[in-house]
Amino acid sequence: MSEPWEDEGPGEIKKFLYVNRKSPYGTIYALESLEVVLIAAAFEQDVSMVFMDDGVYQIKKGQDTQQIGMKNFSPTYRALEGYDVEKLYVEAESLAERGLSEDDLLVPVEVMSRDAIARLMDEQDVILSF
Amino acid sequence: MPIEVNGKSYETDEEGYLANLSDWNEDLANAMAQADGAELDSNHWEVINFLREYYDEYQIAPAVRVLTKAIGKKLGPDKGNSKYLYELFPYGPAKQACKYAGLPKPTGCV
Repeated sequence: MSEPWEDEGPGEIKKFLYVNRKSPYGTIYALESLEVVLIAAAFEQDVSMVFMDDGVYQIKKGQDTQQIGMKNFSPTYRALEGYDVEKLYVEAESLAERGLSEDDLLVPVEVMSRDAIARLMDEQDVILSF
Repeated sequence: MPIEVNGKSYETDEEGYLANLSDWNEDLANAMAQADGAELDSNHWEVINFLREYYDEYQIAPAVRVLTKAIGKKLGPDKGNSKYLYELFPYGPAKQACKYAGLPKPTGCV
């Protein structure tokens, strides 16, 4: 019998991509996506996240949710590294259309063109869109 | 089910996790441990305080795997391993220590 602290090993590793397209508050999608990523991190798969469209606002610095009575969960994106989720991509066009740059983001990301994001999607085994 | 400490009643969920993070105090943690038949020593407190700092920074309770790694980084490999943490918190280091730390149950913990 195995003890709870003994790893069983990951088995077959698949490439998972989580696509985040919605602003952080107003709908539950952003928070749900983040929770799914954190939970699924336990399965030791090859995980990437993309932030595009209004999804880029999810990782914008300086969020203040006091006036809307919601919990500001943006600090949790900085915990992703500890969960070994380190491949975060942001679509360059989405940033530019919103007057944002990489400096406005609260986690280290790789900024990619729309074409490069499309290629990234092509390489995945599983894509989950939120 | 509420928990009584020093004549004050604190709201918890059905598994005994504190409803309001801001209600937490050390006496409350000791009382929760006592109810489980455990006594908290300085090694337990090290982990509990670590969890409270982690929550303060990231707004989540870490998964046990992440906790173990982070403890190792901060307190060294003697303490950053599952065996040590399970000996301190036999009901599961993340689950049990988070409860005493007044945090919600870790995300993804069943």
